[in-house]
Amino acid sequence: MELEDYGLLLGFLACVLLPAPFLGRYMFRVMERQPLWLSSHLAPVERLGYRVLGVEAETEQSWRAYAKALLGFTLLNILVLFGVLVSQGHLPLNPQQVSGLEWTLALNTAVSFVTNTNWQAYSGEANLSYFSQMLGLTVQNFISPAIGIAVLAVLCRGLARKTTQALGNFWVDLWRVILYILLPACLLLAPVLVWLGVPQTLDSYATALTLQGQEQHIPLGPVASQVAIKQLGTNGGGFFGVNSAHPFENPSAWSNLLELAAILLIPAALVFTFGDYVRDRRQSWALLACMLVLFIASLGLTLYAEHRPNPALVGLPVEQTGSLEGKESRFGVTGSALWAVATTTASSGSVNAMHDSFSALGGLGLLVNMMLGEVIFGGVGAGLYGMLLCVMIAVFLAGLMIGRTPEYLGKKLEAVEIRWLVASLLVMPVGVLVFTALAVSLEGPASAISNPGPHGFSQILYAYTSATANNGSAFAGLSANTPFHNLLLALAMLLGRLGYILPVLAIAGSLGAKRCAPPDSNSRFPTHSPLFVVLLTLSILVVSGLTFLPALVLGPLAEHLISVG
Amino acid sequence: MFKEFRTAIGMLLCVSLLTGVLYPLLITGLTQVLFPEQAKGSLIRDAQGQVRGSHLLGQSFTGAAWFHSRPSAVDFATLPSGASNLAPSNPELAVQVRQRISALAPDSEQPVPMALVTTSGSGVDPHLPVGAVLYQVHRVAQARQLSSEALMQLIEVHTERPFIGPAVVNVLALNQALQMIGVTRE
Repeated sequence: MELEDYGLLLGFLACVLLPAPFLGRYMFRVMERQPLWLSSHLAPVERLGYRVLGVEAETEQSWRAYAKALLGFTLLNILVLFGVLVSQGHLPLNPQQVSGLEWTLALNTAVSFVTNTNWQAYSGEANLSYFSQMLGLTVQNFISPAIGIAVLAVLCRGLARKTTQALGNFWVDLWRVILYILLPACLLLAPVLVWLGVPQTLDSYATALTLQGQEQHIPLGPVASQVAIKQLGTNGGGFFGVNSAHPFENPSAWSNLLELAAILLIPAALVFTFGDYVRDRRQSWALLACMLVLFIASLGLTLYAEHRPNPALVGLPVEQTGSLEGKESRFGVTGSALWAVATTTASSGSVNAMHDSFSALGGLGLLVNMMLGEVIFGGVGAGLYGMLLCVMIAVFLAGLMIGRTPEYLGKKLEAVEIRWLVASLLVMPVGVLVFTALAVSLEGPASAISNPGPHGFSQILYAYTSATANNGSAFAGLSANTPFHNLLLALAMLLGRLGYILPVLAIAGSLGAKRCAPPDSNSRFPTHSPLFVVLLTLSILVVSGLTFLPALVLGPLAEHLISVG
Repeated sequence: MFKEFRTAIGMLLCVSLLTGVLYPLLITGLTQVLFPEQAKGSLIRDAQGQVRGSHLLGQSFTGAAWFHSRPSAVDFATLPSGASNLAPSNPELAVQVRQRISALAPDSEQPVPMALVTTSGSGVDPHLPVGAVLYQVHRVAQARQLSSEALMQLIEVHTERPFIGPAVVNVLALNQALQMIGVTRE
């Protein structure tokens, strides 16, 4: 680790953590329809939207109505995006004359972008038209994180409000998140990215004659506008196949820092939005502390593993530094490892280095980040509602220990809540373990593996973990573009998305209907104390982590032990 | 039911218009004015106006007289570009690294920089760490009959030192400068 490596780590933490309390307050005001500086300018656009939608902004919905609207809208988005992708050959803005995608690939891609996974079984520069990139993918890059924030807001309202069915209006939440949070943030970030070198044009690809006289095609497009939202919305679906490793998506160390910070900016700030909802920012600090502990532990492991020389190259006349296979020169080992940890904790899935070529232990860290259910910061909205489910589990455990009805922020957790909590706990094991087992035990699907030994197993394990956790990054050597993997991964993504959203909405509905216990009752287990942070961290590791230990032993741990021999 | 459907369609249309059309077009228009060079892909043209590449996309350089780029797993293809995705434990990786070492320095005692024997993530990495460029000075100087000092100076000029990332040299820009020196000599 050199001086500039520490500079990057410090710069990154500062860019993520310093704005968080302020951005968090701002987002609270957006969700609660309080007056904003922006709303004095954008109010006509907002009202026009409600007129077109035929929505009364003041009418709020019960959790069931909210869930119904969300499910219907999700289905519509999948169908429309699927339609765009299969028919892009006949649609405008197609300077490279690409044809429509094969149907399983189109379905996989549609589900992938609607669920905020952004798993890419295609290569953007070779397979997609500008129309698909702009009106297909970029639009979903806005909608899917907006839905994440909306669902989180419902859970926050359920915790904060008393004896009510009304938990917000899905359409109003969605529209306001896009109008007042995501769009302004992108309008700020995208021009800076262009300044740093990211292209933004509707011209067709250029052709160059290289200095040594070969022909080189230069892929172009509206890249910056898409990269801005794919980073800020923890989407991760790159304009190019190699994602943010591509110099056109991420041209320099500075763009790397900016894009890195953009991954975690909103997820970190939402922790404070939650604190504002429950009128107790101590809760935010406790959650943030737990997230930071897990983040820094994971970062430490990955940095350590990636800076070590590859045992397979020891003895060769080569500088014994950390491996640079699959990493870009301008990011180096630290810039790549930090990104890998940020993107796997945050369910972003954008990559600036090839995770497949990471060391066994480095890859292990990335897998664990996703297996914990994307709760260390996590996806926009999705990370925090996942974390709040973990908090309820920890509160439940604490309740068992002291022999009282578990209670979180004055709301009793009873049979209804626990049933839904357990349902959400089953999502990751089913998606990761059952689907991986299915894929590796069938000869055809298993032949997608490209690396020998335990790492081959890790490739499939990583794919189904990434899909279920709605992450989207890959051990990209896997030839995942086959009908089997396209369809099963699509199922995993849907399970990982709706398998959390529905329990969260149901729990919010149940909590919102309850009375709040008086705040002075001394039976309450304080959920902002360091003790609770320890309990929460341990329960996340034990409840989520232990489930996957056997799979990790078969994959990355076995690979590590064999390589150090 | 019908009303919900209408609302859903309306929402998709509104968001599509706002984020799928207006937003990218606004950014395109704005940046074509503010940063036209970068927005169009940082293209490099020669005196005749012919596009010779992009400042940000690495090119393949072979032979003793050029600074070589970071190895590419896809031979610098761009449609699509790609990486090796070789696991560190894959024996193929060690084989490839061995081959690249023997191609670069068949009998040198000095260890070869890691960046020169491993492939990049994008397949079109335009940069090399400074050490990996300096390693090639001797060869290029001999082939071009230039002094090592002159080359070192050229490298120094082309070195980018961000405070938050490794010091790197844009190999394409360096080779372009090298070509210019050749032209002025002739």
